[in-house]
Order: sequence, then structure tokens, then C-alpha cells
Amino acid sequence: MTGMVAAFTATILAAGSTTLLLAVASLVVATILGMGAAFAKLSGNRLLRTIASAYTFVVRGIPDLVVMLLIYYSLPALLNQWIDAMGIDARVEFPPIVAGIATLGLIFGAYMTETFKTALQNIPKGQIEAAIAYGLTRRRMFVCIILPQLIRLALPGFTNNWLVLAKATALVSLIGLQDVMFRAKGAAEATGMPFTFYLIAAGFYLFVTVFSLILLALLARRFEIGLRELAP
Amino acid sequence: MNWDVIAENLPLYAEGAKLTLLLAVVSLALSFVLAVPLAFLRNGRVPAVRYAVLGYTLVFRGTPLLVQLFLVYFGLAQFELIRASVFWPWLSSPMVCVLLTFVLNTTAYSTEIFAGGLRHIPVGEIEAARAYGMSRRAQAFRILIPGMLTRSLPLYGNEMIMMLHATALASTVTLLETTGVARRITLNYYIQFEPYVTAAAIYLTLTFVLVSGFQLIQRRWAGYLESRIG
Repeated sequence: MTGMVAAFTATILAAGSTTLLLAVASLVVATILGMGAAFAKLSGNRLLRTIASAYTFVVRGIPDLVVMLLIYYSLPALLNQWIDAMGIDARVEFPPIVAGIATLGLIFGAYMTETFKTALQNIPKGQIEAAIAYGLTRRRMFVCIILPQLIRLALPGFTNNWLVLAKATALVSLIGLQDVMFRAKGAAEATGMPFTFYLIAAGFYLFVTVFSLILLALLARRFEIGLRELAP
Repeated sequence: MNWDVIAENLPLYAEGAKLTLLLAVVSLALSFVLAVPLAFLRNGRVPAVRYAVLGYTLVFRGTPLLVQLFLVYFGLAQFELIRASVFWPWLSSPMVCVLLTFVLNTTAYSTEIFAGGLRHIPVGEIEAARAYGMSRRAQAFRILIPGMLTRSLPLYGNEMIMMLHATALASTVTLLETTGVARRITLNYYIQFEPYVTAAAIYLTLTFVLVSGFQLIQRRWAGYLESRIG
């Protein structure tokens, strides 16, 4: 009995690498998308602003689960209809991991957009004016002036998005990706002990959350060094 | 394209949207009643109570809602004691499990949001209330609760939208809310595109209405906080 529980627990926790890989890959996609869309929203180009606003409005207005079903089922169905219409004999299908990364990246990209946009707006104008006055190139201005402050200002929101993202990965078990949640479901059904194994899965996510909170608190302290020295 | 299938099944979608709203409204209403006192306990004087509330919110905010839902819906059946109890007819119903999980989950988030709002009330307001000789009860109902709620409005608005979207998970335990309806139609008609797009449009509309309503409420009730900043 305990041997069986231990064996299933090991398989569940082994899938932790899949969950974390999915979460980190989605975070990277979300950060890139969010940064791009944040600059688009603040840019002078009206078309870019409209596209970015439409993106965040639509994605944040639909539940994660529905976005995932749209990307995993509806998008290939639409593409296949077009392919059929063109008379090509082929079928499009996304592997669950790709659909998962695309879904979570797209959703959290929209949340990151708002986080980065607010952070960019909160960088004092004088800083940028001073950088221009010093004759910094745009590239140096971004790396030396904007980025360090952006990281500090965006860190609380970024942390929050990461925590929500890590938990949202559990949804991908519903389209068959073998993550922690999927394995927990398998173990629950095989043994008739659903409470035990879902509790173990819950423990895994709680561990990731608490670990991230501690790590990001340390990181926040690192990026607030300059701020604290300047405070009266 | 098979939009006529959607048109035929519009009544089903209407039922689904009704259930979506019902789940969201009932969960939010029950959790509001629980979260307001919990927010006070979270900032209370007794450390044991403070940490107990923190433990509750940490566990429910630190684990996925899907896991919590499966723990309640599938997990509780593991215990003979629960299956033999008088609660079993309720606890084996997906509707009760979904509501129970949603309430526990959104109460954890709301408690932290309200507790944060409470901490941001300026000390001067509370000192003034005491100087006026208000009883603790009057302080709570006239100063602390209104101040806490208006300061929490933007974050609480987000939480309400999160809850509306979280109701989609109810489809995983057989409930036929908007997403459940879409899933059923994809299975019945072998079409993958139109049903989910329709569901997405329904959620988008509901979210838009909620956000617009919230902006009105915020201007009406929390406007006094804005003018102070400017």
C-alpha cells in the first residue's frame, strides 16, 4: 500500500519538470509579447496602439480554459478547413506542449502588457530627458536608464503574473499534456485514492508558489538597493 | 462553416450563460460575506488568528483552482466516513462541489484584497473616529468597512472578473455552463471551431458589461480617493 503510494508519488513529482518547463517557456513568451505590446500601446503609431489594445482586451476577456480550447481545437480546425479548400491533402495538429505554451504565453502576455505599460509610465520623465541631454543613444538609454527602473517597477506585477501562470499550467492536463496534474489524475483513477494524489499535486504547486515568493522577495531587495539609498 | 448549428443551439447557450452568471454571482456573494470579517481577523490583534487566516489564504491562493475542485469533487469520495454521512447527497453533487470550491477559493483572494485595503486606511481617519467618541461598532461600519471596500475596488473588480472566468472550470465536472455547452456541441456535431468561438464571444460580452459597470461604481463610490491624488 505505502509502496504503491510512494511509486505513484514519484511519477507525479517526476512530471514536475514538464510543469516547470511549460511554465518557464510560457513566461518567456509572455514577457516578450508583453514588452512588445506595452511599447506598442505607448507608441505614437495609432495602428500599433489599436492592435495592442484589441489583443489585451480580447485575451483578458476570455477564460484561460476557453483560450486553450480555442488554440488546441478551434485553430487547427479552421486551418484544416482552409487547407481542404485549397485542395491540399494535409492535416494540421498541435502537440499539447506547443498549444500549452502558446495559450499561456498569449494570455499572460496580455497581463504582462499592463504590468510593463504601467511601469514604463511610472519612470520619471526627467530620467529620460536627462539621458537625451547626455547624448545617450536609444539603445544605451534603454539598457542603462529604462531597463533597470522598469525591472524594479514591474517586479511586483511580474511576480504576481508568474504565480498565477504557474498555477494556470494545471489546465494543460485537460488537453492531455503529461504534467503534474495529469499524472495525479492517472494515479487517482488507478488506485481509487483521489484525495491522496490530488493533495500531493496541490503540495507541489504550493511548494512552487512559496519558493517563488521567497526568491522574488530576495530579487526585489536587490533591485531596490538604489532606491533605498536615495530615500531620505 | 456551420453557424446554423450554433443558431439552432442558441437556447442551450442561453441556459449555459445563465448558469455561468449564477455560479459567479452566488460564489461572489457568499465569499463577500465571509471575506469582510476574515479581513479584520487577518489584521487583528491575536497572532494565532492572524496566522490561521494567512495559512488559509496562502494554501488556497498557492494551489490551482482545478486541483482544489478535483480534491473536493473526486477526492472526498475516498473517505468512507464522508460517504456514510448525511452530507453525502450534497457533497456528491457537482453543483455543490463547484460552489463550495469557488467560495473557498475566491474568499481567500478577497480576504487578502480587503485586508490590504484595511491596512491602507490613514491612521488619522481612525483617530478622528475615536475623537468623535464612536463606538467600535460605529467605527467599523462607518469608517473601516467603507474605507476598506472603496480602497479595494480596483483589485476586487479584477477578482470578480477572475471568478467569472473561473466558472469555466465547472465544465470539467460535468456542469453545462457556457464552456460545458460548447464542449457538448463540439462532441455532438463534430465541429471544433464555431462552438468555442461562440463561448468566447459570450464571455467577452459578460466581461465587457462587468468592467463597464465596475467603472461606473468606482467613479460613484471611490471617486473621492482619485481627487485626492490629483
